[in-house]
Amino acid sequence: MLKVRLIPTLLLKGGRMVKSRQFDNFRDVGDPVSAARIYDAQNADELVFLDIEASREGRGSLLPLIQKVSKECFMPLSVGGGIRTFEHAQDLFKNGADKVVINSAVYSNPDLIGQIAESFGQQAVIVGIDVKKLDNGTYTLFSHSGSRLENVSLQEHLERVCALGAGEIFINSIDRDGMMNGYDLELAKLVHQCVRIPVIISGGAGHFGHLLEAWEVGCEALAMASIFHFGDNNPIRARTYLKTRGVPVKEI
Amino acid sequence: MKIGIVDYGMGNLHSVHNALFHLGFDADLVSTPKELANCERLILPGVGAFAQAMANLHALNLVESIKSFAQSGRPLLGVCLGMQLLASEGFEYGRTEGLGIIKGKVVTLDTQGRRLPHVGWNSVAIQKPHPLFKTQTKKADFYFVHSYHFVTEDPADALTTTEYGENFISSVSRDNAAGVQFHPEKSQEHGLRLLEAFCMWSV
Repeated sequence: MLKVRLIPTLLLKGGRMVKSRQFDNFRDVGDPVSAARIYDAQNADELVFLDIEASREGRGSLLPLIQKVSKECFMPLSVGGGIRTFEHAQDLFKNGADKVVINSAVYSNPDLIGQIAESFGQQAVIVGIDVKKLDNGTYTLFSHSGSRLENVSLQEHLERVCALGAGEIFINSIDRDGMMNGYDLELAKLVHQCVRIPVIISGGAGHFGHLLEAWEVGCEALAMASIFHFGDNNPIRARTYLKTRGVPVKEI
Repeated sequence: MKIGIVDYGMGNLHSVHNALFHLGFDADLVSTPKELANCERLILPGVGAFAQAMANLHALNLVESIKSFAQSGRPLLGVCLGMQLLASEGFEYGRTEGLGIIKGKVVTLDTQGRRLPHVGWNSVAIQKPHPLFKTQTKKADFYFVHSYHFVTEDPADALTTTEYGENFISSVSRDNAAGVQFHPEKSQEHGLRLLEAFCMWSV
């Protein structure tokens, strides 16, 4: 039986690990390599590294990090932030990434998805989408770490990236980012209805009950950050919480 | 002991290499018939598409080398796409002839409406005793990411099965050749244990 995926997300800025609230107010929360080691020891199911500066400032600093982590953490590693070309992605794969998360570049250069998928397989391409909910209830897409509005609807964008060969969707709610008030389940359900590929939901997990309620509406892959940065929680405790409530978790 | 990892431009070989290094085994990346023939055991990794992978093996002149390696009785392990290539034929982007080391074909997963690719940690049910799984507990989970699966001609070649929509064969073995659909190099403790078992396997 397929298990729920608990995915710590590590946000990077200037080589440090940070945590934001609604894509702003960054706080330093430590060294990313040490954090990755600890998450691995705590049996997290997968790790996602996102360099938030790379896209805003047009540079990438992920290579040395992923090189180090892939030598000691034997688990799936996804990397994103500032990947604009096939060569960027290729460098990351060569240095230990299993999947790349591409986001901003997809709007201006959607063919990037197919280029990466052709060489590294569809499963290696995660399309990241950052979403804000407007007052009228519609979801609006933003690129460049939330700073640039994109004029395409969520549904259209999802349809397009799937047709081009995306392997997974990483859907991130800007409103919920760092707020620890629960995932946007309405958004999660909408995305799950639109696509047939796996979906990772992100933004808002503040306590383990939020993970359970997401699982109960059909989400199988849950990304989280603040929940582990602030407080005594860790992936082991999350696993046990879910396991004792009947959710299938990885056997360790 | 010389362990070779076939380098034919289809990804994940560095992860496999890193995992073996971590375990204390020094593996070599091999990409010529001569290097390959010198190995005492061989890992065929790979992610991507079946047809492209076979084309790459042909271009490097490695198809016959891998076949004769298998016939020589030395331990051979296919990982993910590398496992699928052991089959007689694959049906990803049309029909492609495989290595034919373990008879069977590779077809799309019938997920019964579940999401595809099959991504995540899933359990394996061991179908027969085998040195590769000797050190595993019954309920070990491994990391999967794939859309196609191996259907063996001889049911006795099925080593483990896994449930995702349908029950599919998640590892195969026949004599000195074995293959796993999941990624042991990405499956933390259980995966490392399996790779270690392969490195210690005396056929």
